[in-house]
Amino acid sequence: MSEGHSTYTPKTGIERWFDARMPLPRLVYDSFVAYPVPRNLNYAWTFGGILAIMLVSQILTGIVLAMHYTADVNLAFGSVEKIMRDVNSGWLLRYLHSNGASFFFVAVYIHIFRGLYYGSYKAPRELLWILGCIIYLLMMATGFMGYVLPWGQMSFWGATVITGFFSAIPLVGDWIQQLLLGGFAVDNPTLNRFFALHYLLPFMIAGVVVLHVWALHVVGQNNPTGIEIKSKTDTVAFTPYATIKDAFGMIVFLFFFAYFVFYLPNYLGHPDNYIVANPLKTPAHIVPEWYFLPFYAILRAITFNVGPINSKLGGVLCMFGAIVMLFLVPWLDTSKVRSAVYRPWYKLFFWLFVADAILLGWLGSQPAEGSYVFMAQMATLFYFAFFLIALPVLGLIETPRRVPNSITEAVLEKNKGGGGHPIGATAAPETKG
Amino acid sequence: MSATDTQDPNRRDFLYVATGMAAVVGAGAFAWPFIDQMRPDASTLALASVEVDVASLTPGMSLIVKWRGKPVVVRNRTEQEMKDGEAVKLADLKDPIARNANLPADAPATDANRTTPGKEAWMVMVQVCTHLGCIPLGQEGDFGGWFCPCHGSQYDTAGRIRKGPAPENMAVPVFKFISDTKILIG
Repeated sequence: MSEGHSTYTPKTGIERWFDARMPLPRLVYDSFVAYPVPRNLNYAWTFGGILAIMLVSQILTGIVLAMHYTADVNLAFGSVEKIMRDVNSGWLLRYLHSNGASFFFVAVYIHIFRGLYYGSYKAPRELLWILGCIIYLLMMATGFMGYVLPWGQMSFWGATVITGFFSAIPLVGDWIQQLLLGGFAVDNPTLNRFFALHYLLPFMIAGVVVLHVWALHVVGQNNPTGIEIKSKTDTVAFTPYATIKDAFGMIVFLFFFAYFVFYLPNYLGHPDNYIVANPLKTPAHIVPEWYFLPFYAILRAITFNVGPINSKLGGVLCMFGAIVMLFLVPWLDTSKVRSAVYRPWYKLFFWLFVADAILLGWLGSQPAEGSYVFMAQMATLFYFAFFLIALPVLGLIETPRRVPNSITEAVLEKNKGGGGHPIGATAAPETKG
Repeated sequence: MSATDTQDPNRRDFLYVATGMAAVVGAGAFAWPFIDQMRPDASTLALASVEVDVASLTPGMSLIVKWRGKPVVVRNRTEQEMKDGEAVKLADLKDPIARNANLPADAPATDANRTTPGKEAWMVMVQVCTHLGCIPLGQEGDFGGWFCPCHGSQYDTAGRIRKGPAPENMAVPVFKFISDTKILIG
């Protein structure tokens, strides 16, 4: 699992030369060839690899787009249209980049829900989970700033609303907001610094990804049973088993990605962003990118003052609080059993939480009027109740099902009933174990 | 080591602490320009005031001028709008402060305090929602004033917040009538 059990033996002279000076081939061999992975990993575990290639794809397409983009309020919109019409293959690179952001978030949400379902955040993987949460935060900052760069109406007003969050902070809020904007409203200084930061942050993400993978390789992967690896029969080698499974997962994922890039390239965007930014006119209906919608719904759900906290600060606190919840999950969950497979009540609440998150997303896309406001308030209440009530209380009162003694036992038990299916290749994740 | 070195605190401790503090102050001084450069620059701060000719505005008409990168609405209110604005009790207001830069900071948000003496028909106001900075739409919503399409804040005919997530009345900037038909904003 961890370092210290290297089975790498350099065969050629050049490998021995490297191994004595900087054992990079050894690191790669130990991490991605001989590394033992639980034998029962399902396809939910392929999203780590998928996220890695999405990050690389975003950085590659982003760098070449930056070669054609101009960060100036008078030129930005035109330069993006120039990429679309004049630059050779520019339309493809931009659609790959804009849809790539969306699919990056699709993958990260599946990855996060996977972790929540199988208890991947529980000891000793708390730090691994928190590094993941940091990556998610950096992704949100990157996605938000990237959306501002085309300088369309949604770019401008999205930036106005999101930087407006900071003005809710008591006393220093306006000062911080002006510090972020470089002025009193979103303008040229804002666009310039967002471009610089949008270029920087993906490399910071890559840095935290290295820490995330490092932490993963120290504690080892969780698996659908949530049982730690106990013997050699519980594992298979990363290559070829996990490599091939990851590769297949990537191919299927890229099919969906390519379908959107080539057939629905603007489906996940907003038509208002093809209108150049106008500081004097707000679009009739501002919505952020789809991957922020649940948090946007939480922001808008707080329409009332609570004591000294006014509705604006309350909304912003709830929205950031919704993300803080993720960081606290390892300590909110009191259950001794990791995987939802053996936790009937947690399993129910998990799926209710998934439904709630999707409902919040839909509410975020609707206007903030009438019954939508009440629904968003109820969905926000459930969101926080899941973390602050369900996670701590269920761990104390729930009677888990019998947990097998080992991964091997779990796999053999299932195959006895299933009748000769190949190991770990069958069944939906929720019926695993 | 001599006996004087073992006294606590000794001269070496003092030097360590002094060096450490100098390093902290130095790091802070070095970091400050990196933060300072993000603040609004000189050209942004050089705010010219705007002069607006409102001769063409008959009651019920508005115009919008850009000031500090933000829209300022000048509205010649109708009799009905003024009546609606005056009829509101202070107790019904979510934000009872006038938010009028021409008045003391604690002036109550009466209809008169939202305008300027002798020119009560005229609303001059930064038309930016106090929630998250969207531009509300004029003469819409339940109160016949302004309605913010972003998060549903509703303002009355004097630009006071009545419903929705916005915490404050829309701001009245520093302005004055320099003649019967000219307003100086800023």
